[in-house]
Amino acid sequence: MLSQGKSLARPFFPAIVAKMGSNEQITSALEAWATGKFGSGIKVSGLKRLSGGASQETWAFNVSSGGQEMPMILRRAPGGVEAARSSQAIGLAMEATLLTHAAKAGVPVPPVLGVFEDDPELGQAFVMDRIDGETLGRKILRDDEFAGARDVLARQCGEALAGIHSIPLDTLPDLPVSDGLTQLEKYESIYRAYNLPRPVFELAISWLKANAPAALPVVLVHGDFRLGNLMVSETGLASVLDWELAHIGDPREDIAWLCVNSWRFGHADKRVGGFGELSDLLDAYAAAGGPKLTPRDIDWWEMMGSLKWGIMCMTMYEAFRSGADPSVERAAIGRRVSETEIDLVNLLEGVR
Amino acid sequence: MHDAPSTAELVEAVKRFIDDTASPQLTGHAAFHARVASNVLATILRELEQRPGAEVEEKARLVALLDADRETTLDALNRDLCARIQAGEMDLSTDGLLDHLKTTTIAQLFVDQPRYSGLALALQSRG
Repeated sequence: MLSQGKSLARPFFPAIVAKMGSNEQITSALEAWATGKFGSGIKVSGLKRLSGGASQETWAFNVSSGGQEMPMILRRAPGGVEAARSSQAIGLAMEATLLTHAAKAGVPVPPVLGVFEDDPELGQAFVMDRIDGETLGRKILRDDEFAGARDVLARQCGEALAGIHSIPLDTLPDLPVSDGLTQLEKYESIYRAYNLPRPVFELAISWLKANAPAALPVVLVHGDFRLGNLMVSETGLASVLDWELAHIGDPREDIAWLCVNSWRFGHADKRVGGFGELSDLLDAYAAAGGPKLTPRDIDWWEMMGSLKWGIMCMTMYEAFRSGADPSVERAAIGRRVSETEIDLVNLLEGVR
Repeated sequence: MHDAPSTAELVEAVKRFIDDTASPQLTGHAAFHARVASNVLATILRELEQRPGAEVEEKARLVALLDADRETTLDALNRDLCARIQAGEMDLSTDGLLDHLKTTTIAQLFVDQPRYSGLALALQSRG
């Protein structure tokens, strides 16, 4: 009867469904899963919701088995219900599949331990190892303990991206396909729908349309490869996280997104994420099997990235303007659009 | 109408209340939003001071750049500029266009995010 009630509730009463999965329910569901995987006598403890995005829940917990503690992460759709953060976001099961492929390609990712397509308690979710490290960009760029990591991170990111981009597409399930001009068209139409004309965006859009580079052979693109989604330890890149926006596209998109000044957290002089030189990343990328690229090859995509983030900030402000989210935070983000405008002006000066 | 206290004084008073009284008593999400609110009030104070002058200059530049009537509103001038860029009548090679956009965006950043690294970069390249 429970499962019947749930299947009725899901489409019609999302607010009720979202309350499902209290800590106790999740713990017991994880315990049942861990018993199947590691045998009886295991115990699940310390379940804790980590701060994180609205699109996916992230929970930390431990499985203890025979005196051994195994730290793990549960990634779960909010309330167990899949609600993609954008039309392009892939599902959690797909994310788990990509992590497995990435691990095989030598990309540092947490090993996936279990996948739940439609668990009565967990909904759509997967479990992975909990890797130690830091994801906060400002700390990675500032703290002494990451000084050594910062020296090698650009090369490591180049190697990781070469690994991601090397995954044979015929081994992957269906993913959205999105090249540069398609993305430009999509974001331009979002921008135009707001009817808030911004001359800098117009000039960037025109320049991008007139100067689109020839497409490279398509690859698996991570889609959100930047500080914030990279777990970094004292020795460098520990794990590539958040594969929700993965798609098939141009390899330069991933490299450029990491270079967008919005993710350099004040360290504008280091083009790669505020920590490294682009030539180092590109050398390591080519040495690891990626196409040979020059920093100039990244310009178009970096401008595209700044424009995209600017329009994403407009979208977050739109949530305020429309009344959907009246918070002061959504209002304030509207005054960060100009950050991407000055970045675009600086980039346009560089290509003039 | 009276203006004592002035708009700026009122905003300053609210900002002081948030920073000194409310914020220290808040935790978690509410504390975060209080910090954002305080930053918004700081933006408003900069805006009160800087927007009028910046917009007079922006309008003068646009009138010259677009060869437009002086009576045109700033909003209409900017919409005209956007339309001309979109139509391909003005582009990166247009004399004074990028320079105007840079000056305008720098003024906007001085209000919105004066500590943003891209602003420092833009000022540096301007010399």
